[in-house]
Amino acid sequence: MQANSLSLALIGSGGTGVMTAGQILLDAAAQAGWYGLMTRSFGPQIRGGEAAAILRLAHHPIQGQDDHLDLFLALDWGNIERFAAELPLAEHSTVIADPAQGDVPQVIARTGARQAMVPLKEVTKSVKGGRANMVALGLVAELIGLPRAALMQTLNKVLGRKGEDVLQTAEACLQAGAEQAKAVDTSLALEAKPTPEGEQPERWALTGNEAAGLGALRGGVRFSAAYPITPSTDIVEWLAPELPKLGGCLVQAEDELSAINMCLGASFGGTPSITATSGPGLALMIETLGLAVASETPVVVVDVMRGGPSTGIPTKSEQSDLNIALYGLHGDAPHLVVAPNSITDCLAATQWSVHLAEALQTPALVLSDQAMGQARAIVDKPIPMDWKAERRTADKPGEDYLRYRITDDGVSPMAIPGTVGGVYTADGLEHAERGTPSSQADHHQGQLDKRLHKLTGYDYGEYWADIEGEGELAVITWGSSTGPVREALDRARAEGITARLISVRLLSPVQPEAMAEALRGVSRALVVEQTHGGQFHHYLRAHYDLPATVQAFHHPGPLAIRPGEVLEQLRQLAQQEAA
Amino acid sequence: MSTCADQIKTTELKAKDYKSDTKPVWCPGCGDFGVLNAITKALAALQLPREDVAFVSGIGCSSRIPAYSAVYGFHGVHGRALPVASGLAVSRPDLTVLAAGGDGDGFSIGGNHFMHACRRNVNLTYLVMDNAVYGMTKGQASPTTESDWAGSKLTPEGPGLAQFQPLEIALSAGAPYIARCFSGDPNGLAQRLTEALAFPGFAFIQVLSPCVTYRPEQKEYKKLVHPGFEPTADRREAFMQLMDDDGFTTGVLYKADIPAYQPDRAEPSDLDTIARQFRVGEHGPKPVTNPYYPCSEAGCAVDPPVPED
Ligand SMILES: Cc1ncc(C[n+]2csc(CCOP(=O)(O)OP(=O)(O)O)c2C)c(N)n1
Ligand code: SF4
Repeated sequence: MQANSLSLALIGSGGTGVMTAGQILLDAAAQAGWYGLMTRSFGPQIRGGEAAAILRLAHHPIQGQDDHLDLFLALDWGNIERFAAELPLAEHSTVIADPAQGDVPQVIARTGARQAMVPLKEVTKSVKGGRANMVALGLVAELIGLPRAALMQTLNKVLGRKGEDVLQTAEACLQAGAEQAKAVDTSLALEAKPTPEGEQPERWALTGNEAAGLGALRGGVRFSAAYPITPSTDIVEWLAPELPKLGGCLVQAEDELSAINMCLGASFGGTPSITATSGPGLALMIETLGLAVASETPVVVVDVMRGGPSTGIPTKSEQSDLNIALYGLHGDAPHLVVAPNSITDCLAATQWSVHLAEALQTPALVLSDQAMGQARAIVDKPIPMDWKAERRTADKPGEDYLRYRITDDGVSPMAIPGTVGGVYTADGLEHAERGTPSSQADHHQGQLDKRLHKLTGYDYGEYWADIEGEGELAVITWGSSTGPVREALDRARAEGITARLISVRLLSPVQPEAMAEALRGVSRALVVEQTHGGQFHHYLRAHYDLPATVQAFHHPGPLAIRPGEVLEQLRQLAQQEAA
Repeated sequence: MSTCADQIKTTELKAKDYKSDTKPVWCPGCGDFGVLNAITKALAALQLPREDVAFVSGIGCSSRIPAYSAVYGFHGVHGRALPVASGLAVSRPDLTVLAAGGDGDGFSIGGNHFMHACRRNVNLTYLVMDNAVYGMTKGQASPTTESDWAGSKLTPEGPGLAQFQPLEIALSAGAPYIARCFSGDPNGLAQRLTEALAFPGFAFIQVLSPCVTYRPEQKEYKKLVHPGFEPTADRREAFMQLMDDDGFTTGVLYKADIPAYQPDRAEPSDLDTIARQFRVGEHGPKPVTNPYYPCSEAGCAVDPPVPED
């Protein structure tokens, strides 16, 4: 079978090395000039337990995982029941397993997938010091037609430092695995593609969390404070060694309350700052986000969403922090909420958020999620953006300097400590223009107006949403749900269903005019999100004029939104009469 | 930190030059007035340029103090003065950073930050105006309130809890400079503060500062306080002094030469070089930050521990 893309999963107990094998496969695919995406799936155990590396490879950039796996290789069956739902199999799928690990479990067999038995353990034994994950890697690479040279090049990098012996053992494993390919009745090679001539465009391999980290640096962030929480920690782990290279620093805080307040302190001092967290941490930061609003101190918080509420499902994705991000702050507290909609976009959206937060002197929340944050992709080199932190500062404040002066655009020049003549006290208490605390009605009204106006009056440009295609049907979505929606729209087009995509990036402040424009001529809309209660749907209903017919499609994590299920919804919508 | 020597060019600043024209909300007779006086005196003694000083606080009567001084200020949320001050001090080592607040702010809601600020030892001065009561919310027991104080409607029979011991905790947690002062002796406090502000690390001063409204009996503080602490760099000696302390001993208890917090350093680089790590072709194993390449074992079979929360 020649396929447009290949989806495969490698599973095994923690320690068998399936993640490492998956990663090598992804990197080798990149070496071979392919594109790819790798998602990790695992339970909450610290070590051991079952883990799955889920990959999708293609000759074109990939948006998200496919409906079904083409290939499923199990080193053992561990706690497969916990994962089965996330590893969808169909009749065209091939399951490879080692008979030595026992029968194929019912949850897998029931799917009707083809089965192929390969004695992985035995084969591994034939190589002195061999590892089953490397044998599996050799087998899979052979089955999908991945050039051996690319694989060896990658292995060289990964294992090179460990010496010739290790490398030779690994190569022997790959060879032994590849020889088993004949026994597997499937042909999964990717569609043939002519080798590109001349210079290949630059490709990057990165996770959404790394992308967010780079976006922060490009935006001008030079200070970070954080408290670890899955799945956001990778961002700050990536930033910690990089910030000092640019003259900045990162402090590990004692908790999230401290992290966000440290960021505010640094920002008050003139240093653009960022912190990263996930649901429970965001909940703790909320009071201080209000302080950032009131004191007009820029700060960026990347919330990498996971299943909630409470401690929820730390290792798996969901989009259910939307409500707290939009509405969690007490009082009337206008602020920015920006959602990247792909791994690459984690870079640009974070960079943009730094720029906006600084320009508007307010907090910006970046709503990423585990599915983007912890997935690693091979992408085209992201187009560099020139958004930077450009804070309006008061460089020569006069006698009459008013920190919170009500200006035409609501942004007032900020005196940075060290600036002669600019001394003022930043305050979370309501204040007069000078900053002095006030409970006077007119001061409150004036400052509330100012803080709202600076956000609503700003021109966010086209980047507020990705709007693609046309037609009477529209799919409105956001964040990582955008990938599967885009793919569903492609497939729908092939069936003659045309629809437009509206992927909202700027969630707050709302953009009623831009949305009205985006929805012009639309009679029916489908709203797609990964939540249980339809938070995005309710948000849209509260703030926008939607077409008369709106179909909401949402389910919670950890099951990903699949292109096929979105397509099914689109088909239904296409059949409905316009109301 | 700026030193007196830098300032010869400017005309001499007087204590009143560090006062803003905002009128304090404090009750007449509140101990916090004395603290404000002492702070402005200390700043004048050090001749610190106003713009090079930042004064951070949380919430409470005492936390209003930054607005009353003519330096940069940040009046934040309840209990979080220390993180704000730490972030500022770490990112702007050129500033003199002073954090202040009440005992409720610092030891109750902000208790965790207090311990960790002592451990972290960032170069800043933290001043707690301790009146053993929540003044701003009208007289509830604070962590430093006597366990049998029945003056609050919220704990009509007294809080019944052991009193929080700020100095003992600061000492245990690793603060390198620890002192107790009395707001009724602004000169003494100013002297300590002058020393603390110049101290290269986390300096903690507990100031007994009466709340004349909800704890009128604290007007007696002036009769109770007495000098007594002898500065030492020996923790054992410092603890011994605390064993004999009646809660009203003043002076510097502990002063040790412990290196202040230093952020990590690295070879300078630029954004393009940093971004290059993502290029396919050059992308290699990054054992520290890459979650997929632990490779602690030959043959690469070991996956990293899977994170939980
Ligand atoms: C999160 C939060 N909880 C409660 C309060 C209410 N509150 C304001 S000040 C205060 C206590 C102040 O006591 P203390 O820090 O001892 O300062 P004092 O007023 O005595 O100077 C409290 C509980 C608040 N502002 N924020
Ligand atoms: S209530 Fe107490 S602490 Fe507050 S201002 Fe009055 S005297 Fe001072």
